[in-house]
Amino acid sequence: MSLPVHATLLERFSYYGLRCFAALVLFFLIIPILIIIPLSFNAEPFFTFTEGMLKLDPDAYSLRWYRNIWESQEWMLSIKNSMIVGVCATLLAMTLGTLAALGLSQRHMPFKGAIMGLLISPMIVPLIISAASMYFFFTKVNLAQTYLGVIMAHAVLGIPFVIITVTATLVGFDENLTKASASLGANPRTTFFKVTFPLIRPGVISGALFAFATSFDEVVVVLFIAGTDQRTIPREMWAGMREQLSPTILAVATLLILLSVMLLLTVELLRRRSDRIRGISE
Amino acid sequence: MNTTPDLASNAPEIDPQLKLRLRKAERFLKVRALLLVVPLVVFVLFTFVLPLTEMLYRSIHNPILVDNLPEVAALMRDWDQQQLPGDDIFTAVGKGLVVAREQKTIGRIANRLNSEHAGMRSLLTKSARKLRKYKGDDYKDYMLSLDKRWGEAETWGAFKVLSSEYTLTHYLAAFDMQYNAQGEIVSQPEERQIYVDMLLKTLKLSLLVTLFCVLLGYPLAYYLSILPPGKSNLLMILVLLPFWTSLLVRTSSWIVMLQGQGVVNSTLISLGILSEPLDMMYNQIGTVVAMTHILLPFMILPTYSVMKSISPVYMRAARSLGATPANAFFKVYFPQTIPGLSAGAILVFILSIGYYITPALVGGRTGQMISNLIAYHMQTSLNWGLGAALAGSLLAVVLVLYWIYNRLVGSSQMKLG
Repeated sequence: MSLPVHATLLERFSYYGLRCFAALVLFFLIIPILIIIPLSFNAEPFFTFTEGMLKLDPDAYSLRWYRNIWESQEWMLSIKNSMIVGVCATLLAMTLGTLAALGLSQRHMPFKGAIMGLLISPMIVPLIISAASMYFFFTKVNLAQTYLGVIMAHAVLGIPFVIITVTATLVGFDENLTKASASLGANPRTTFFKVTFPLIRPGVISGALFAFATSFDEVVVVLFIAGTDQRTIPREMWAGMREQLSPTILAVATLLILLSVMLLLTVELLRRRSDRIRGISE
Repeated sequence: MNTTPDLASNAPEIDPQLKLRLRKAERFLKVRALLLVVPLVVFVLFTFVLPLTEMLYRSIHNPILVDNLPEVAALMRDWDQQQLPGDDIFTAVGKGLVVAREQKTIGRIANRLNSEHAGMRSLLTKSARKLRKYKGDDYKDYMLSLDKRWGEAETWGAFKVLSSEYTLTHYLAAFDMQYNAQGEIVSQPEERQIYVDMLLKTLKLSLLVTLFCVLLGYPLAYYLSILPPGKSNLLMILVLLPFWTSLLVRTSSWIVMLQGQGVVNSTLISLGILSEPLDMMYNQIGTVVAMTHILLPFMILPTYSVMKSISPVYMRAARSLGATPANAFFKVYFPQTIPGLSAGAILVFILSIGYYITPALVGGRTGQMISNLIAYHMQTSLNWGLGAALAGSLLAVVLVLYWIYNRLVGSSQMKLG
């Protein structure tokens, strides 16, 4: 929207005012993320820009904090744990969540609202409540301080995202396609893998990415139910921030930012693809 | 079976069983749909709902006396709180304490009683030590001579409260109340009143965060919605990137920015705006700023998607009919954005009221919220009943808000990204 020539002074003022304000808010949103990246290359153990960094002196920059991650057993273990827990929790949430979303989007589904509310609730209940209650319960059934326990807990937290994205993809899904497939002699299994799944795949994958990001970022439940063997990246960061703030955290943070950029781009591409497949154009 | 009436004999033959078969087919579809959902529902019930229910049970379950001093509990339940308990109760308590000391359960009993009435811990441990050597049988006289607190109504009031297996005392404590010696509900002594204040502070901080999110998010969402798609998609990345970035990354970034020698302070000082660093971290400012930043995308995304669907025709019509820009905006445009605005605001409020990580890391002593207190009782003070009651109260607030959100938006309409 550009400003018409006949705009009054007040209109001009509000037009430029809005632009400035929007720019400031965007700046506020993005600056904390951008500022971490150069600071993670700081040669000194400080959390602010040194003289040398401002003068772009190459000696003021170093990779020592990245080397720290590589050389530290704790960090490497936490990266491994985060990957194991994230991938397993995502697979679990994705499989169960997709099946349930398929059921929920059928016309004949009874108690749809109540079940939907139940499945979304892990996203709404404050994490500290979920974490504390899982702690007591998992201790009783011997799941506390095990990989399986952490994976199950993270899967529950990721399920709302899978349900939301997959049901959104299934809105406007043409049931005639499955009927056509069945009438041509395909059994339900073949119909699902050859007809339904390719159409909802973008939704399933972006739901899975949301679930993975949730697990990869989760720390409260890990604080309560994980043992020292299951410490994840956020758990290490938490410990680092509470005890002694080391710039290694900034290096880890930079790597995590890189990961989130990749996740974001993938999800955006998938969303566009899904809209195109379903014939929704912007 | 049924004989078809003559009237219908001309109409095409209807299979009388058709209805039955249709119903059967529909039931089959219903069962099939349910079967798809069952595995997940069972999983969520086991890993999420069951633990939650168990914790809520813990908030009213009160087995300490019933399990460890069953005789005392039974006698206390019949005591009418009018005068000092009789010999039988004194004897049961006296003997029970000695046994509890031998079985090493006295510490837990004393701690639990102490949380009802301060000073009970020392009274119990001291008396149990002395009672061990007592060989007589007039426990009442002996105990009264040991410590005059055995003659006080408050001491016995604490026993009375714990004598039944289920109690609301944790919930009363969560709202700064307690049972007095006569079994009436009164407020806690001044120095122990911290929970209502904490609850109010949590509400205040959450409201502040929600307000800032509305103030910052609404104009930005509006600006993004009037841009051409190419440009708005590009700028949207600046909103979505923080949304996807780890919570701990964003929190650590705010620590780096706001702390004493942080980026903001050193920039302002080197520019000559400040002469000495401002205290922006480890207090309420830190909590509010970091939480606003973290929750802002949850405000912008629903508002933006609603604004996107509003046709610009309405505003033009209002202007062409003579409305001033401000009038057209507030009378025509703004009301149409309320669904998105309220959805975003409620979501931000729900999420912020239960926040734990950010206040714990950047809040210092003053910027803590109710979740931090729950964690404290669960992990440090080990007063699980009280922690569970606080959690139960918070859960009730959140569920009411979620219900409102569902009425307004519908959980099936929830969108991500």
